[in-house]
Amino acid sequence: MDFALTEEHLMVQKMVRDFAQKEVKPIIKEYDRKQEMAPHILPRMGELGILGICIPVRYGGQGMDYISLGLACEELEAVDSTLRVVMSVHMGLNSMGLLQWGSEEQKQRFLVPQARGEKIGCFGLTEPGAGSDVAGIQSSARRDGDSYVINGEKMWISLATKAHHCLWVARTNPNAPDPHDGLSAFMVELDRPGVTRGDIHGKLGVRAGSTGWISLQDVRIPAENRLGEEGEGFKIAMSCLDNGRYTVAAGATGLIRACLEASVAYALERKAFGREIAKFQLIQQKIAHMVKSYEAARLLYLRVGWMKNQGIRNTRETSLAKWFATDASFEAASEAIQIHGAYGYSDEYDVERYLRNSKGAVIYEGTSEIHQLIQAGYQLGLREDAPLRCELPAYQAEFWQS
Amino acid sequence: MMSEAKILIYIDQFQGHALPTSWELFGAAQSIQAQMGGSVLAIALGSGSQAVAQEAFHYGAEQAFFCAASSLEDYRPEPYATQISKLAREQGVSVLLFPTTTRGRELASLCSIDLGSGVMPDAIALEVNDGRIVATRPVYAGKLLSKAVCQVDPQIITIRVRAFKAPAADASRSGSPISLDAAMSDAEILTRVEGYSAAQAGVSLTDASVIVSGGRGVSNNPSLTPPSGLDEKQAEVWRAQQGFNLIRDLASVLGGAVGASRAAVDAGYIPYEHQVGQTGKVVSPDLYIACGISGAIQHQAGMRSSKVIVAINKDAEAPIFKLARFGVVGDLFTLVPALTEAFRKRLGK
Amino acid sequence: MKSVVCIKQVPDSAAKVVVEGGQVTWGDAPLVLNPWDEYAVEAALVQNEAHGGEVIAISMGGESAKEALKTALAMGCHQAILISDAALVGADSQAIARVLAAAIKKIGDVDLAFFGRQAIDGDMGVTYAQTARLLGWPVLSYVSVIHEVDAAARKVKVERSIEEGRQIVESKLPAVLSVSKDIGEPRYPSFMGIRKASRAEIPTWSLSDLGIEPPASVVRWPEIMNPPTREITTEMISGESPQEIAEKLVEKILEEKVL
Repeated sequence: MDFALTEEHLMVQKMVRDFAQKEVKPIIKEYDRKQEMAPHILPRMGELGILGICIPVRYGGQGMDYISLGLACEELEAVDSTLRVVMSVHMGLNSMGLLQWGSEEQKQRFLVPQARGEKIGCFGLTEPGAGSDVAGIQSSARRDGDSYVINGEKMWISLATKAHHCLWVARTNPNAPDPHDGLSAFMVELDRPGVTRGDIHGKLGVRAGSTGWISLQDVRIPAENRLGEEGEGFKIAMSCLDNGRYTVAAGATGLIRACLEASVAYALERKAFGREIAKFQLIQQKIAHMVKSYEAARLLYLRVGWMKNQGIRNTRETSLAKWFATDASFEAASEAIQIHGAYGYSDEYDVERYLRNSKGAVIYEGTSEIHQLIQAGYQLGLREDAPLRCELPAYQAEFWQS
Repeated sequence: MMSEAKILIYIDQFQGHALPTSWELFGAAQSIQAQMGGSVLAIALGSGSQAVAQEAFHYGAEQAFFCAASSLEDYRPEPYATQISKLAREQGVSVLLFPTTTRGRELASLCSIDLGSGVMPDAIALEVNDGRIVATRPVYAGKLLSKAVCQVDPQIITIRVRAFKAPAADASRSGSPISLDAAMSDAEILTRVEGYSAAQAGVSLTDASVIVSGGRGVSNNPSLTPPSGLDEKQAEVWRAQQGFNLIRDLASVLGGAVGASRAAVDAGYIPYEHQVGQTGKVVSPDLYIACGISGAIQHQAGMRSSKVIVAINKDAEAPIFKLARFGVVGDLFTLVPALTEAFRKRLGK
Repeated sequence: MKSVVCIKQVPDSAAKVVVEGGQVTWGDAPLVLNPWDEYAVEAALVQNEAHGGEVIAISMGGESAKEALKTALAMGCHQAILISDAALVGADSQAIARVLAAAIKKIGDVDLAFFGRQAIDGDMGVTYAQTARLLGWPVLSYVSVIHEVDAAARKVKVERSIEEGRQIVESKLPAVLSVSKDIGEPRYPSFMGIRKASRAEIPTWSLSDLGIEPPASVVRWPEIMNPPTREITTEMISGESPQEIAEKLVEKILEEKVL
């Protein structure tokens, strides 16, 4: 079992780290305070190919593997969760959904410009009245000749006001005996008539990001925009979440690392009772726990990346990685603040931002509670993965790079 | 016992004016003479070099040479180095000193090849051991110090700016500078100087004895309203320029230069010429006032050997305070103008 | 147009460098491509984009220097060559310059040789000029802008940063250029570049490949030391108003006799 990262992976890691540290770290606190997204983030991530990192070159991407995506997310969130949220929705939830379920024509129309960073994608599942209860979503899509007419409102949508395309889940069959089977997925261009959207401010965290709502009123889209078959919407959404959750797990790992590095630096400098606080055992205990969390979270997400590369179904492992890493990052951030004392309570230091950011990840892409049910379900045989009509393609260098 | 050793000093000059650091080399030469004797020769090249060579006597030169041939009018490394190497060879010079300036370091390097020797650049101290000069020089951005010895003559050393004090100029010490023939004809020289353009007006950073520096914090003045029609980035740069005007005013009152942290340069607030730090200029002024600069390692590397460091920052935890002799935790936008005004009154300007 | 970029692998600039037992150590800080050399690579690549041809990165060092060469490849250099020989341990700058000059001659038909300003470990900043002198090529240092390169007419025009501002110089080719930061921010490696670099086989040239005898070093470094610890007492100045603080500070500064 080879736990080493390849030379290629190490170079990817360094490149993304250098970008995030040099171009985002110096300014991110300012934007977090202003509750605004720095305007250069999306264009730069697009220019550098990060927005298409694991999409095949033939679909406008950079041809790297799924582990590279994880490594990139870890580096991005080590600077700020905003950067990784971009990857979660644009790449994990939207672009990889297209890669998995899209027709050749849909890949050309939507995936290619997204992978190139020319268009930004987002994911429209959650509604004001439906989060964990996906079967309860109310947005409707009515077939009308060779179009669908979509109505509904989605909320807590990252990049709502920045995106060009939304992977929107709506009910096509209100009479389906099992409401899960009544859902379908669509690609909606957000400049169509009937689309309105706005920003949500006042979030506890990811304040340097862009979260909003999107409302569709009688928005007409061609039938060619439907992803997969009618009734496959729930399965598609769940497999999109397998990819989104992977990025969240990798990102939260980066957040744990950021907490650890900040805590170590502070503990080695700050003196109390005549010595560096790093010499005190209760501080050391906190550091030790962060190390444990970081190493475990890292192995869990890298395993998922490896499984995706191999084309092995990984819903269970992804859910486990996401649950573990996000819970651990919340704790790590809280302890990091504790190590910093009163200084941690102020935004002069980064750790309070880490805590506020970490709380979001424990809620979105499956609450920690949902993941516990998922894990118990697998273990108790209450839940089993049936093969999907379309699986996420295994990584094959030749296909990805030609 | 007096040694016959000859120490040749290259006097760096621009448009007929010697760079002040050139005279410091005579201080360095004195410290060598104190330990192993020797006589001091000086050479100046280019237009106006005769007057510069004349001035060298005031600082202790026993002989001074110049070449004001038209082919040397503008600095070009190849003919200047050839000229210096020729004289060094003819005079049997055993020590060759240059200031660590853009020209000095380069000429030392070229001459080292001409003369079959090596270069010990950026010395901050000199001692003599077993008849050979041991140069102490900073390495790893000043994190460590290294001693260097050259086994052969001439021992070629560049001296860090302000590492030695120039002896007091004694106008009563005089002599006749000797004119040299050009060692290369214009046709032999493969480069041509087309012209010059000025840097921002003001004292050159490396020569300055006082530097006032601004960091990224200089753009954060909340009480300023940028003119309309500017986008976000332009507004930020505008605010930063207002901030740097305050820095400039203080520098001006003190007869100093304006420096900047890497962050301010990278953000486009001020040209790279002003950057102080590991990837900018290394300075050691008598007084360094850092405004809105946190003092990252890379910046420290550029200014840590300043004699007196003053830091003004609103972050009490900023690393710069560890280096500072005096620190003020506060708002630079009120403190810097207040300081300018207080100096103006006190210095009678 | 054929360009060579001479690069060096050095400890990361943020490394904690100390002398222990007379030796320099930097703990587990990584070795990286010398930051100044990144600018040299960038300058060479920009010229290559404008004029075509190839950019060859060379480095004198141990096996690990191949990592720095791979970084240069990932940024876009077409070829990379390591020069390594046991006889080169402890080589001083002019010895290194002899090796680099020999390599540039062996590569042949080189129009421009790019260097960074200095290596951040030795902070010498002399090797580029020594290499130029050995090659008999003009040297253009502190280059901030490359205004034009005309490979056919065999000339290059640059703007140099000097203490007094900028000097505009035209030179015949071939020439050695040492670049400053103004030349342009170095690009990140592209993902495609990363893939190419990780697969690249980098040849190693020994002194016998270069056809030269081991060059003698004349400069030795008998000692390396930690700097003397400076005891600084930091005095924080406070007051009721900016004016009061300023006046106190002015007096304190004047007492230090630095004005």
